[in-house]
Amino acid sequence: MPRDDGIGASVRRKEDFRFVTGRGTYTDDINRYGQTYAAFARSPYAHARIDGIDTAAAQAVAGVVAVFTGDDLAAAGVNGLPCGWQIHSKNGEPMAEPGHPPLAQGKARYVGDAVAVVIAETRAAAKAGAEALEIAYTPLAAVASIRAAKAAGAAVFDDIPSNNCYDWELGDRADIDAAIAAAPQTVTLSLVNNRLVPNAMEPRSAIGDYDTATGEHTLFTTSQNPHVIRLLMGAFVLGIPEHKLRVVAPDVGGGFGSKIFHYAEEAVVTWAAAKIRRPVKWTSDRSEAFLTDAHGRDHETTVTLAMDNDGKFLALKVITDANMGAYLSTFAPCVPTYLYATLLAGQYTTPKIFAGVNAWFTNTCPVDAYRGAGRPEATYVVERIVEEAARHLNIDPAELRRRNFISPDAFPYQTPVALEYDSGNYAGTLALATKAIDYDGFKARQAASKAAGKLRGIGFSAYIEACGIAPSAVVGSLGARAGLYESGAVRVHPTGSVTFYTGSHSHGQGHETTFAQVIAERLGVSVENVDVVHGDTSKVQFGMGTYGSRSLAVGGSALSKALDKVEAKAKKIAAHLMEASDADVEFKDGVFTVAGTDKSVAFGDVALTAYVPHNFPHDELEPGLEEQAFYDPKNFTYPAGCHICEVEIDPDTGVIEIANFVAADDFGNIVNPMIVEGQVHGGIAQGVGQALMEGCVYGEDGQLVTGSYMDYCLPRADNLPNFKVSTQVTPCPHNPLGVKGCGEAGAIAAPAAVMNAVTDALRSVGVTKPIDMPATPSKVWAALNGA
Amino acid sequence: MYAFTYHKAESVADAAAKVASADDGVLMAGGMTLLPTMKQRLAQPSDVVDLGGVASLAGISVTAETVSIGAMTTHDAVANSAEVKQAIPALASLASSIGDPMVRNRGTIGGSIANNDPAADYPGAVLGLGATVVTDKRSIPGDDFFQGMFETALEPGEIIQRIDFPIPKKAAYVKFPNPASRYAIVGVMAAETASGVRVAVTGAGPCAFRETAMETALAGNFSPSALDGVTVSPDGLNADIHASAVYRAHLIGVMAKRAVAACG
Amino acid sequence: MATVSMTINGKQVTGDVEGRTLLVDFLREDQRLTGTHVGCDTSQCGACTVHVDGKAVKSCTMLALQADGAAVTTIEGLADGDVLHPMQEAFREHHGLQCGFCTPGMIMSATALAARNAAPTEADVRHHLEGNLCRCTGYHNIVKAVMAGARAMQA
Ligand SMILES: Cc1cc2nc3c(=O)[nH]c(=O)nc-3n(C[C@H](O)[C@H](O)[C@H](O)COP(=O)(O)OP(=O)(O)OC[C@H]3O[C@@H](n4cnc5c(N)ncnc54)[C@H](O)[C@@H]3O)c2cc1C
Ligand code: FES
Ligand code: FES
Repeated sequence: MPRDDGIGASVRRKEDFRFVTGRGTYTDDINRYGQTYAAFARSPYAHARIDGIDTAAAQAVAGVVAVFTGDDLAAAGVNGLPCGWQIHSKNGEPMAEPGHPPLAQGKARYVGDAVAVVIAETRAAAKAGAEALEIAYTPLAAVASIRAAKAAGAAVFDDIPSNNCYDWELGDRADIDAAIAAAPQTVTLSLVNNRLVPNAMEPRSAIGDYDTATGEHTLFTTSQNPHVIRLLMGAFVLGIPEHKLRVVAPDVGGGFGSKIFHYAEEAVVTWAAAKIRRPVKWTSDRSEAFLTDAHGRDHETTVTLAMDNDGKFLALKVITDANMGAYLSTFAPCVPTYLYATLLAGQYTTPKIFAGVNAWFTNTCPVDAYRGAGRPEATYVVERIVEEAARHLNIDPAELRRRNFISPDAFPYQTPVALEYDSGNYAGTLALATKAIDYDGFKARQAASKAAGKLRGIGFSAYIEACGIAPSAVVGSLGARAGLYESGAVRVHPTGSVTFYTGSHSHGQGHETTFAQVIAERLGVSVENVDVVHGDTSKVQFGMGTYGSRSLAVGGSALSKALDKVEAKAKKIAAHLMEASDADVEFKDGVFTVAGTDKSVAFGDVALTAYVPHNFPHDELEPGLEEQAFYDPKNFTYPAGCHICEVEIDPDTGVIEIANFVAADDFGNIVNPMIVEGQVHGGIAQGVGQALMEGCVYGEDGQLVTGSYMDYCLPRADNLPNFKVSTQVTPCPHNPLGVKGCGEAGAIAAPAAVMNAVTDALRSVGVTKPIDMPATPSKVWAALNGA
Repeated sequence: MYAFTYHKAESVADAAAKVASADDGVLMAGGMTLLPTMKQRLAQPSDVVDLGGVASLAGISVTAETVSIGAMTTHDAVANSAEVKQAIPALASLASSIGDPMVRNRGTIGGSIANNDPAADYPGAVLGLGATVVTDKRSIPGDDFFQGMFETALEPGEIIQRIDFPIPKKAAYVKFPNPASRYAIVGVMAAETASGVRVAVTGAGPCAFRETAMETALAGNFSPSALDGVTVSPDGLNADIHASAVYRAHLIGVMAKRAVAACG
Repeated sequence: MATVSMTINGKQVTGDVEGRTLLVDFLREDQRLTGTHVGCDTSQCGACTVHVDGKAVKSCTMLALQADGAAVTTIEGLADGDVLHPMQEAFREHHGLQCGFCTPGMIMSATALAARNAAPTEADVRHHLEGNLCRCTGYHNIVKAVMAGARAMQA
C-alpha cells in the first residue's frame, strides 16, 4: 500500500496553518530591538546629473538619525552591485558591464534610482527626511526605449555611446540565410514581448543588523536565495566574510524571479546598520516596487520560419533586441541569450536555427529574470510563428505541429541550439490537450458565438522549457560566474523525527510539504515528523536557492543523495543490531529486515541507537545519523506540454473573454499533484496577464506611466476562468526522483496560446494584421476597425 | 502621509465650524479618495474633520416621487437597499459597480460627488437622473453641480447633506470599466423621466456631461435603434493609455445602446 | 498624539496614536498583529482587509482614530485557539494559498461574503474578490476554497 503522505499524494500543506492564521513571519513582520527605518531618496528623472546633495535640511528633521549618499558609500569602500553572468559578443569582446553603485554617484539613470538614504527613528521621519534632502539635478536626455537606445544621440553611459551591452549570436547566419532563401515557403512576424512588472504581493523589505559583540552582520531580506545574496553582497559589495554575515530569508510572499537578485537596498541597510550600530529596516512601498523591482521581458523580435510545401520546418531565424534597463541586474545578460536562444527549437525538428541578440541599455528600471525568464520569450516566438505558418499553408495547427514534433523515440535529442533534450512525448500532451478542450467541437462553438455576435478563436502553445537549472560545467562555460548545484542535509533525531536543511527556498512553492513527502516515502516516517528548514544561512550550510523550476529537480536530488547516505549508514547500524551482514539488510516502509530471516528492527530504533551508542561498533561507525549531499545536475530537465486557449471577443467593445483554457503538461514524476496544479494555475494566470492585461509603459521622457494598480492591470479573480489542467508522465531519466519542474510552465506556455487564439478570432473576420501583447480591449477594437 | 490634526464632527454645523477654523481643513467622509491621496503625499491638510459620526447624514428615504440619499450613505448601503432597488434599480446597480466590497463599505455618495473624479460613477447618476444636491447652504440642481475636472459648484467648506433623486419611469446605467483601476472609462446613465429623456456620460470627459443628441433621438423613440444614426465626436474627450478619445467616443455609443436596452 | 480605544479580536485595547496613524499600522506596529499585511499604497490589493464592526474594510485606508470605539476582527481572531475557522480550513483543504501573503485579506474578505451569501456561486466569488489581489494562485483554488468555506460556515 502506498503511503498516504508519500510521493504522489496530495498532502495538504504543512506550512498552511501558520499562513491561514496570520502567524507567518515575513520580513516586515520582524522588528529588532532599537530598530531604525530607512527611506530612499530616488531620482525623479530618468537621466540626470547629480550636481550636489545638501543634507542639512534632512538632518534637521526631527527623528532623523543619519543621511548617506553615494559618495559616503564610495568613501567607505562599498563596491557596486555585481553581475553574475558574463556574455561575450560575436566578435569575442566581453559585454559592456558598467558599474552599479548602490546609491547613484554622479548620475541618476532611471526614475527610482536610489540617490541617498535617510535613516530615522520612525518610517514617517525617514520619509520626511528623504523629502527634505536638497538634491540638485541637471536633467539629461533620456533613452527610454530600445528604439531610442539604437538611435544615435543620448547615451545612458558616457563610455558606452552605442548603448549596446552585447551583440551576441548562436548559429551560422550565412547558412541559415541560404536555407531560407532556398525554401519553398516562408513566414515572417515581428513581435513584441511586453515589459512586465513582477508584482509579488509582498513588497521587498530588508533589515540590517550588526552585533557589536561578535562583529556579525545579519540581513533579513525578501529573497529567493539567501546564500547567493550572502555571497554577492559579502564578497563583492561589502567585503564581509561568510562567517560574519548571516542572511535570512524568512517567509517570502512570492518572488517570480524578482527576489533572486541582489538589490541596492540590501547592501545599504546592512552597511548602515554597522555604521550607526543600530538595526535598519526598509520596506518598499508598492509605488517604489513598480519603479525598482527588476522588470521582466521587454524584447522586440523578427522571426522567419522556412518550410517545404508540406509544412516541414527547414530553418528558423530570430533577430531580437532586448532591453537591459539602466544597469545590469544580477542575471540579466543570460536571460535573452542562453535562457532564450537555446530554446528556439521548441518541440520541433527544425534542423537549422540562427539567433542574433542585441542587448541595450536604456534609462529604465533594470530588467532581469521574471517567471520563465527567456523561455516564455522563446516559446512566444516559436509558437506564434508556427501558428502563422499553419494559417499560411492552410494546415490545421495541430497537424502542422505533429508533422514537426521530435518523436518519442528520438531521445536523447540534440537540438541545433546547444541543448540535448532528455525525454518527452509531445504528441502525447497535444492529444491530451485537444481532447480536454474538445477541439473537434470548436467549429460548432465558433458558429454559435458568431450567431450571438461574438468572435471565437482557438490557439495552441506547444512549449518546452529547460529547467532544473543547471549543470555547473555547462553554465560555467557559457559565462555564469557561479555553479548551480544544490545542497541538502538530512538530520535524523534520536527519536526518529527528521529535519531537512535545504539550500533551495520556498516563497509559495510548498517545499515544507513536498520535501517532507520525499523523506516520508523513503524513511517511512510520517510527514508530521519531518520539518524542512530553509532560508537561513546560519542553519543551512550552502545553497543556490529557488528559481528556474529547480527546487525539486536539483534540491530534491540533493535530498535524495543525502537520503542514500542516511539509509546506507542506518543499514549498517541495523545490521549490527540484528547481528547480520549489512549486505543482507533490506529497508522498506521504515523497517529493516534481514533477507531470509524474521529479524527486523524499526527505523526509530536505529535512530535511537545512533545517538545512544552503548553497544555500538565504534571501530566501523561514528555515532549520529546525519548526512549532507550536494547535487550538480547532469543536464537540464525539459518539462514540456501543450496549452490551448479559446477566446471570445465582443466586437463592439474589443473585450476578450477566456472561454476555455486547458493545459496538458509533462513534468516527469510528481510528488504532490495538488501543489503542482496550483503552480500551473498561477503560471497560467501570469501568462494570461501578460497576453491580455499587463504592460509596463514608460513615456518618452522615461517616466513610468504604469506606476500603480490604477494603470498596471494585474489579473483579478473575475478576469480568469477555471483552468483545466492534466499531466502526462515521462520521467526525467537523469535525476533520482525522475522529476522535471513545474513552476514556470504556465507563464511560458500561456501567452502564445492566448495570442494565437486572439489572432485566430480576428482572422475569422478577415483581420490578419497581428496585434501585440497586451491585447487590451482598445487595441482589439482598433484592430477590428482598422484604426 | 503628512501630519495633521484629526477631529470628529458631532453635527453638520460642528463640521462646518471645525473646517472653517482650521488653516487648511478638509472634510473626510469614507476616506476612500482622501486617504489614498494623502498617503501619496499629494495633499497636506492641516486638519481633517471626520463626518463619520454625524448620524443625520447617513440614510435613505423614499417617497412616491423621490429617493433621498444622505451624503454619508455608503455605496454598499445604496447597492443593497431594498427600497432603492425597488424605486431606482439603476442607482443600486451603479452603486454595486463602484470599486470593490471593501471600498463600498466605506466610500460614500457625498464623497464621490464632492470629489467629482472624471472617472467616478455617481456623477452619471446625479446628472442622468436630474438629481438635486442639498447642502448645508442651498440646493444645487444636478445640471449645475459638475463644473470640470475635480471641480464642483460647492463653495469652500460647504457640506453636502443629501442627494434627492426624482424617481424615473425607467433608467439603466452601463459601465465600461478601466481594465486596471475599474473606474469608468465610459459610463452611461440613460433614463426616461417625467421631464424627458436624459443621457448622462461619465468617464469620457473632464466631468460628467449630457449627450443631448442622444436625448433628442431617444425622445421620440426610446429604443437602442434610435441611436443608430447618432455619432459622438471625440473632440474634448479624455485619452490615456487605456483608451483613446476615438475609442471612448465609440464606447459612449455602445454603452448608451446597452443602457437603453437594459431599461427594457 | 491622541488616545484610541477599540476591541480587537475580543480584547479591549487602548493606544496613543497620531492623527495620521492608519489602522493597519496600529494593528501591525502597536499591537504587533502582523497577520494583516500591506501589499500596496493605493488601496487596491486587499491584503490589509479586516472587519470593523462586522464589515470588511481596507485597514490601510482607514485611520486608527476612525476605528475608535469599534470592534475589529483580524485574521488572528478567526481561529478558536488552534482550531481553524471553517474558511481557514477551506483554504488549507483546497490549496487556496501559496506564498500566503494575500491570504489573510482573502480570508477576511471571504468570510464577509459568506455572512451575506451562504452559498455563493463561482461567479459570485470571483466578483466579490475584485478588491483582493493574488499573484500566486491564479485564483482557481481560492474560488474553490471560498465556495466550500462559505458552505462549511453554515454547518
Ligand atoms: C480601490 C478603489 C476603487 C474605487 N473604484 C471606484 C469606481 O469604480 N467608481 C467610483 O466612482 N469611485 C471609485 N472609487 C472612489 C470611491 O467611490 C470613493 O468612495 C469616493 O470617490 C469618495 O468617497 P468617500 O466617501 O470615500 O470620500 P472621501 O475620500 O472621504 O472624500 C472625498 C472628497 O470629498 C469631500 N467630501 C466628502 N464628503 C463631503 C460632503 N458631505 N460634503 C462636501 N464635501 C465632502 C472631501 O473633503 C474630499 O475632498 C474607488 C476608490 C478606491 C479606493
Ligand atoms: S494594503 Fe493594499 S489595499 Fe490595503
Ligand atoms: S498566495 Fe501569494 S499572493 Fe496569494
